[in-house]
Amino acid sequence: MPTPETPSPLDADAIGAELTAALEAVAGADSLDALKDVRLAHTGDKSPLALANRAIGALAPADKAVAGKLVGSSRGRLNAAIAARQIELEAERDEQVLRTEAVDVTIPVDRAPLGARHPLDSLMDEVADFFVGMGWEIAEGPELEHEWFNFDALNFGPDHPARQMQDTFFVDPASAAEHLVLRTHTSPVQARTLLTRDLPIYIACPGKVFRTDELDATHTPVFHQIEGLAVDKGLTMAHLTGILDHFARAMFGPDAKTRLRPSFFPFTEPSAEMDLWFPAKKGGAGWIEWGGCGMVNPNVLRACGVDPDVYSGFAFGMGIERALMLRHDITDMHDIIEGDIRFSQEGQR
Amino acid sequence: MPYVVPSWLRDHVEIPAGTTAAQLAADLVRVGLEEEAVHAAGVTGPLVVGRVLEASPEPQKNGKTINWCQVDVGAHNNADGSPRGIVCGAHNFTAGDSVVVALPGAVLPGDFAIAARKTYGHVSDGMICSESELGLGDGHEGIIVLEDAPAPGTDAIELLGLGEEILEINVTPDRGYCFSVRGVAREYAHSTGAAFTDHGLAAADLPAGNDGGFAVEITDDAPIHGVPGADRFVARIVRGIDATAPTPDWMATRLRQAGMRPISLAVDITNYVMLDLGQPLHAYDLATLAAPIVVRRARAGEKLTTLDDVTRTLDAEDLLITDSPDTSGSRILGIAGVMGGADTEVTDTTTDVLIEAAHFDQISVARSARRHKLPSEAAKRFERGVDTALQAVAAQRVVDLLVRFAGGAPDAGVTDLDSTTAPVPIAIEAALPGRLAGVEYSTETVVSTLESLGARVVADGDALLVTPPTWRPDLTEPADLVEEVVRLQGYDRVPSVLPPAPPGGRGLTPTQRRRRRVANLLADSGLTQVLTYPFIAASRHDDLALPDDDPRRRAVRLANPLSEAMPYLRTSLLHTLADAAVRNVGRGLTDVAIYEIGLVTRPDGASHPSPLPPTGVRPSDADLDAIRAAVPAQPLRVAGILAGNIVAPGVYTSARRADHADAIALVHRIAQAVDVAPVVESDTEHLPWHPGRCARFTTADGVLLGHAGELAPKVTAALGLPARTVAFEVDLDELFGAAPTEPKQVPPLSTFPAAKEDIALVVDAATPVADVLAAVREGAGDLAEEVHLFDIYTGESVGEGKASMAFSLRLRAADRTLTAADTAGVRDAVVALAGARLGAQLRG
Repeated sequence: MPTPETPSPLDADAIGAELTAALEAVAGADSLDALKDVRLAHTGDKSPLALANRAIGALAPADKAVAGKLVGSSRGRLNAAIAARQIELEAERDEQVLRTEAVDVTIPVDRAPLGARHPLDSLMDEVADFFVGMGWEIAEGPELEHEWFNFDALNFGPDHPARQMQDTFFVDPASAAEHLVLRTHTSPVQARTLLTRDLPIYIACPGKVFRTDELDATHTPVFHQIEGLAVDKGLTMAHLTGILDHFARAMFGPDAKTRLRPSFFPFTEPSAEMDLWFPAKKGGAGWIEWGGCGMVNPNVLRACGVDPDVYSGFAFGMGIERALMLRHDITDMHDIIEGDIRFSQEGQR
Repeated sequence: MPYVVPSWLRDHVEIPAGTTAAQLAADLVRVGLEEEAVHAAGVTGPLVVGRVLEASPEPQKNGKTINWCQVDVGAHNNADGSPRGIVCGAHNFTAGDSVVVALPGAVLPGDFAIAARKTYGHVSDGMICSESELGLGDGHEGIIVLEDAPAPGTDAIELLGLGEEILEINVTPDRGYCFSVRGVAREYAHSTGAAFTDHGLAAADLPAGNDGGFAVEITDDAPIHGVPGADRFVARIVRGIDATAPTPDWMATRLRQAGMRPISLAVDITNYVMLDLGQPLHAYDLATLAAPIVVRRARAGEKLTTLDDVTRTLDAEDLLITDSPDTSGSRILGIAGVMGGADTEVTDTTTDVLIEAAHFDQISVARSARRHKLPSEAAKRFERGVDTALQAVAAQRVVDLLVRFAGGAPDAGVTDLDSTTAPVPIAIEAALPGRLAGVEYSTETVVSTLESLGARVVADGDALLVTPPTWRPDLTEPADLVEEVVRLQGYDRVPSVLPPAPPGGRGLTPTQRRRRRVANLLADSGLTQVLTYPFIAASRHDDLALPDDDPRRRAVRLANPLSEAMPYLRTSLLHTLADAAVRNVGRGLTDVAIYEIGLVTRPDGASHPSPLPPTGVRPSDADLDAIRAAVPAQPLRVAGILAGNIVAPGVYTSARRADHADAIALVHRIAQAVDVAPVVESDTEHLPWHPGRCARFTTADGVLLGHAGELAPKVTAALGLPARTVAFEVDLDELFGAAPTEPKQVPPLSTFPAAKEDIALVVDAATPVADVLAAVREGAGDLAEEVHLFDIYTGESVGEGKASMAFSLRLRAADRTLTAADTAGVRDAVVALAGARLGAQLRG
């Protein structure tokens, strides 16, 4: 770099020309390195402005102020321009670095296998949440059950035809004890709860139940039910209907509703089959069978030490598999019970 | 379940013309008779009576012999009047027999269209039909041979009742009376208001019982539940009948429509009246009977050959119909209400018959039918309850029909032993139905509804005394009457009203919340939840290589398993979860990580006698305790199986197989999720796990929580699992039981700076890491916020049989910044304790 001559610190034109030249150089610097050179050339010890500044000391006192102002403001403008350009160039450099670090974010990143709850178990949680949300509680009981809880407590006498119609798995007494069955419904939980808890009782009982049905597309010997039981003063069949409609809407959408048909169960009187109006039914909205229900038979209350003249109650039960199949358009029971991980994972998506 | 034939129903109740089976079903379901099926008119097109003129057997190359028949089908014969040629493979007919012929253009059940076709060297111009081909049931071999058939060419659709839609209904166990046209007609009337005529009521001229009838004795020395086995026995005699007289076509048609096969006139009449009125009946050849008929219980070991040709050993509870050829009651005629024997059947040579119309105890019949696996039509009705006032009426109907169609004359002597008790009146408040239904019914409505059932109602203001009709033995309680009122007034009148929120719901229990926590944790950890059946084979214990005396071999056995190959209930979730893992691998899903949460059954091997108390009464506390104690323990478990990669090979990662540490880590996470810090030890003898790669988890109090690790090679081989499959199983009842019941107390967090310190200790290589870790923690004391093992090194530099374990410690004080002296103190304390306890030395 040639050594420039020192401009006179009082020569406004010369100083102005130097400043203009310096600002142009700053603007023209296209990299941090170039800017460094510009800074050295125009603000370094040997730069014209530095030299002019140094020359101020030799001026007459009257001129010092004028020259100081002229040179000082020029150097100030130049330094500000350099700083601004420095920030610009640094930002450009950083941006460039990030551009080179780019990766393809669409590369699969499924390092761990996908986990999932079983849709049936998730649905049981959802159902439990529904009842808990109404202030009910969730009660449970054993799957291998005593006959008295499964039948007699529920007003199925030993010779009642309904007891024969339950397709019950009986236990070989030699292997455990007499009078044991795999529960055919979750209703024994009703009796267990009524015997041990204070009234009023509002419970839902989800659980596994068993019938001697061969597995096919729509039947399974092991399936799941949700049972509801409310025992309180002044409960009516209208309340039962109200709960069922509310539940149907929660499960199947705001247009769902239920209807009752007279039927028979030993543990309810009056008894009803419950049909569900299912808006999303394949081939058009329609009624489908959903479960059984009724007002708790006074004999059940008596068997549990509850006075039927003071308390009344209602009970209902429905299959979880059925609800799951309806909601997800599952056509083959095998998919639900075989433990194929694709089923649980599909249900999660 | 019963068939409802609309034209038959019309005999009892007025049904609007043009009512379809679907409409009938809709009317009946409103009152609780559910449709099981509508059997469509199964046959269309020309189905006619034919007379076989000629049948020439023609042996075929395939070994079969066919009949080439010339069949006269009257107006449907060929244009020149000649008979039609038809090939028929059946042989139960000869020339001269009348048969049913489907002509070209007819369509049989299953959309089976009949056309003239070439077969066995002839053009077969139609088909001679069997019962099954016409949808009339499949019990009968060969083609239908009509007795006393109408002229050839007569329409057989009408004749066989094939043109009418038939409704099959489902009758609930409380409505025995609906196993009759009479009962269904009454329900139809309830539903629609149609005019109903009760043909089951006694006519004014019904002959009463007298002393001139056949001698009958009822002796029941062992009534069940104190109820006599027979409380009514009506016997009527008709003499001089022609037992070979044909069953009238209309009756045969109705029997077929109702799903029964016509057999012979006398039998058909008893079946017909049973279907019509609901009273099971039996006809005996009088000449074969030796008075008196004795109704008695069986003596143990007595035998009877029933009409189905099976010889049955009787039980002392079986109620029998006997007669007295030697001594009183010496010959068994049948099991009362279930099935008769062959000795006294009506045959073609019978001239005098005795008709039995009895009333038997529901329970006695039900038990016998079940014991001998004879769910006969009679038993079906008796076990659901038969009208106690119906016997004489039904017997009279049989007598009338016999006289009309078989000739003969009834005896004046009528046996009627009647000890039936009248239905017990039920006291009910008129407001009860409305109160329980949540609907307002006036007292008048309640009374008239109950009266429409056939009940007698005496009203005293709001207090009603209701005597149910004799055909409704199910009505015994006010609640039963409530159902009748609500049902007949219509369930659709019950409004939908949400009850007020119950007081004091407490949400999910801690156990329920923890179960969910575990279920979600494992799913979030990459495992997939599955559900498996709890049934196992005895050999499953061998697959898992369980020792002979292992308590897990003590399993509950089902008396009636679906498969005799798998009669036991699992005692471990891995028993059945293994199959799900195998199935997934078999389906090409070789990276498997599955879990199940469920119950296992663990009988304790002790004797637990328990009573079976009656319905409707609260058992004593002692009985309830015994009942509860008889139910084997069923702990809630969680188990998981992992095989294949737990980390899939990818662009950024290399594959990693699931190993024992994954299984152990999952159990730690499960325990941590419910705030339990388990104790972990190596368990060298807990099959099915690998003896060197099995962790046993216990609580601080020593309660076993479960195991985790790699499965033993012989187990994976026996189960068909991939080698080095890993698994865990944890008893959640025990784990949750160890969880804190009180909220965890959290100390204030120190914000003073942390000091990091690494310490490497050289110990005997066989020293369990857990022991070293415990020594480091203990030695470091309260200042150690976290202790983390980051390396184990074995090699020359630490010496033969030694291992260097490197720990990083994060130290922090609650009240000050730590100094170099503090951290040096910690280091010294750790080394001193580990040295004293384990002989550890600081690695230089």
